[in-house]
Amino acid sequence: MGGLHTPVLDAARTATRTPAARASAVGGPRAAELSAAGTSGRTTLVHRLPAEAKLLAHLAFVLVVVATPGIWYWAFAAYAALLGATAVATRLRPGFLLRRMGVELPFLGFALLMPFISAGERTTVLGLSVSVHGLVAAWTLLAKATLGVLASVLLAATTEVRDLLAALRVLHAPDRMVQIAAFMVRYLGVVQGEAHRMRVARDSRAFEARHLGHVRVVAQSAGALFVRTYERGERVHLAMLARGGGDGPLPLTTAPSTAAAPAGVAAVLPLAALAVLLAGLLLGRMS
Amino acid sequence: MTASLEVSGLAYSYPDGHQALFGVDLTVDPGERVALLGPNGAGKTTFVLHLNGILGGGLGSVTVGGLRLDSRDKKVLREIRRRVGIVFQDPDDQLFMSTVREDVAFGPANLGLTGAELDERVEEALGAVDALDLVDRAPHHLSLGQRRRVAIATVLSMRPELLVLDEPTSNLDPAGRRDLIRLLESLPITMLVVTHDIPFALELCPRAAILSGGRIVADRPTGELLQDEELLHRHRLELPFGLDPATAGRARPDRLL
Repeated sequence: MGGLHTPVLDAARTATRTPAARASAVGGPRAAELSAAGTSGRTTLVHRLPAEAKLLAHLAFVLVVVATPGIWYWAFAAYAALLGATAVATRLRPGFLLRRMGVELPFLGFALLMPFISAGERTTVLGLSVSVHGLVAAWTLLAKATLGVLASVLLAATTEVRDLLAALRVLHAPDRMVQIAAFMVRYLGVVQGEAHRMRVARDSRAFEARHLGHVRVVAQSAGALFVRTYERGERVHLAMLARGGGDGPLPLTTAPSTAAAPAGVAAVLPLAALAVLLAGLLLGRMS
Repeated sequence: MTASLEVSGLAYSYPDGHQALFGVDLTVDPGERVALLGPNGAGKTTFVLHLNGILGGGLGSVTVGGLRLDSRDKKVLREIRRRVGIVFQDPDDQLFMSTVREDVAFGPANLGLTGAELDERVEEALGAVDALDLVDRAPHHLSLGQRRRVAIATVLSMRPELLVLDEPTSNLDPAGRRDLIRLLESLPITMLVVTHDIPFALELCPRAAILSGGRIVADRPTGELLQDEELLHRHRLELPFGLDPATAGRARPDRLL
């Protein structure tokens, strides 16, 4: 029930009309979740590291993990220990980290299938005939994905989104990519709010998803939401053009939100992981 | 006579602790058209979402045509949602199927209607808002005024007992606004109109209530209520420049009763 009847940019109107607190209570945009939920009220050394240092450290760590042969089980144990120590240093609640790691679940499902569908030499585990090759592949996927996801969750939970975007810019990530990420962050709440209002309007007309046929209705809503989001994108672009922008990089001004700790500290995790990998290589050479 | 809508002692606070409604009482009799005025943040949307059980769980009761809303009873909930037709502020929230026909049929189809009966409902509802010619158009190709009319048809097709309109005039041009007033006046149905548009309320609704700070603070004939400048001022409402409710009322004497 906005009092603004001027045809200003729709996005701005929607934003003013929906105070975050009220909307989140109705299950609408959860803008609060975007502002690095884990950082609220806490600052550890990890939180204070410059975002670009953390981003590089994360990338390097993941590369080391991916480069490690799947059968070096001890190396993965070492990586897990290193990451675990980092997690402890962030003082984030384990429950929070576990919930965030839920995004990995679909991949785990795939990993569980691999021992059964892979070909080659077979062995018996718990009375089930499985492929040895598939078993190793599943383990590799599981270990590498879990380490990667946990590292990403730690990065996301200890860094403000706007700092991450600024870091991508500092590191000369492709500008288009950074812009798309920035817009996603900006409009996620707006689109969530839109989806929520559409759902309320739909339920108000006695809709309940009772059987599979109702998938069509949900799909139609999703389609309508897509079209509207696309149209909003066009309006936003017009509004940018109207203010003389829209075809170059966005003039972002970002000040670091927290006092920075020495960037070198961020190198500890990937360097330690690299040491593990090199040790493995040396041992392999000697034996 | 059973009231179309009877709300008593309705209180609600959001899960985050913010209390929006502090005991709202409002009764609307069959055939009445009542305007609900109030400043931003007064709890109007929260109140509207209680009328068909989208929100609930606080204190107080909502009774529609004698049926008491109980959001735990699915049957009652569905019947209440049939009886209370809410037209939301942004028609785009309401229209999401690929054609107007499908959208108008959406509500009655959810109620189990099919075939000829369903077609009849669609025609009846679109006829009532004078939009029969739009039946096979795609909603996103319509003008705002047309979308608003179709949005009203999408709830009329459920033959509601009470029509609730949330800011129906927002963003309409003067001619679209005029058409909307004429359309709403022609509908023989009980109406609760939530609005900031005071001339609109004065013209359409003989009775008006002010919701402010989560309470009904005034409930009187519209013309009389709008003449109480002090009351309006206290609740962050304002007459548009040049509007004198006394003379406006004289032009339409039925409004001052």
